Amino acid sequence: MKFGIQVNEGPYQHQSSDSAYQFTKAALEKGHEIFRVFFYHDGVNNASSLTIPPQDDRHIVDRWTALAKEHNLDLVVCIAAAQRRGMLDEKEAKRQGKNASNLAEGFRISGLGQLIEAGIQSERLVVFGD
Amino acid sequence: MEDEEVIKKFLYLNRKAPYGSIYALESLEVVLIGAAFDQNVSLAFIDDGVYQLKKDQSTDGIGMKNFSSTYRALGDYDVNKIYVDKDSMDERGLTIDDLMNLTYEDEDDDYAEKPSISILTSEKISALMEEQDVILSF
Amino acid sequence: MLHTINKSPFQTNALESCLRFARSGHSVLLFEDGIYAALKNTRFESLVKSSLTDVKIYVLVADLEARGMRTDNIIDGIKTAEYGDFVDLVANNKSVQAWL
Repeated sequence: MKFGIQVNEGPYQHQSSDSAYQFTKAALEKGHEIFRVFFYHDGVNNASSLTIPPQDDRHIVDRWTALAKEHNLDLVVCIAAAQRRGMLDEKEAKRQGKNASNLAEGFRISGLGQLIEAGIQSERLVVFGD
Repeated sequence: MEDEEVIKKFLYLNRKAPYGSIYALESLEVVLIGAAFDQNVSLAFIDDGVYQLKKDQSTDGIGMKNFSSTYRALGDYDVNKIYVDKDSMDERGLTIDDLMNLTYEDEDDDYAEKPSISILTSEKISALMEEQDVILSF
Repeated sequence: MLHTINKSPFQTNALESCLRFARSGHSVLLFEDGIYAALKNTRFESLVKSSLTDVKIYVLVADLEARGMRTDNIIDGIKTAEYGDFVDLVANNKSVQAWL
């Protein structure tokens, strides 16, 4: 079955990104397809390449990147939510005249339409938030 | 993309008050973008979500954008099924007169102006939830 | 229809609201801080017990154990679920509503 996943909270502050990750992994293990993982609200912070957790903790950002690489996942960060919170890819940083970008590998920034599309194309949409 | 004709029932479920957190505003942004997709859209306001529709919001003193006028524009986006939970209203001592007057023009009825908000019992809202294909919670 | 609750009933009204709207035959999954609603001897026990006649309630064992709770502390009639069961619940219900 085709699932869409929405993540509404950032890493570490709330468990929602962890839960979404565990759910996504379990769904993939059961042979389901993940149409898209959409990061909204503070969830956009799951894509920050500047994240440095303590060494004995899980690396939430890298973990998403690795899962995306392994399963060819579409990890989409909402552009409006991202720009509010200082999350930019290289192209957008250049366009906005900013001197840095911070989008981690495996994520892409796109519009809210991608969330609606995930709702339309997926057979189930599961929301993780606070 | 290839199944552009698929029409699903989308419910936006709002349970949080405005301003104290960004959920109400960013939920509204999804609704506006989603309106372009020609899906069957409903909005439900329950629990503290009903406070989003309170009239007379004035944010000058807190320095935040007053986005309440955007709800009035929903009718122009063909978003006109707005359901408010009666129990949540009663619990908070609110009546329909405390809410913004949201309307739309009914193109099937000579563009007559009609109210978008219905105050429904929990039983009716439950039945509505059950009909949905996609429920976006904020 | 599947409802998910990730909040302690002592913190928000997510449990109470969910049970007010859930209809007969629906399933409810308690996870993250929502697992506290599955435990015996809380002031929500009678509410949860009376709901069990209409809805199926599941609790995510990983979140239960993480919080030092054991499956023998949960209210009779509540079923335990692993992440794989969570996936099955989503697949087997037409839609999912998250009571955030």
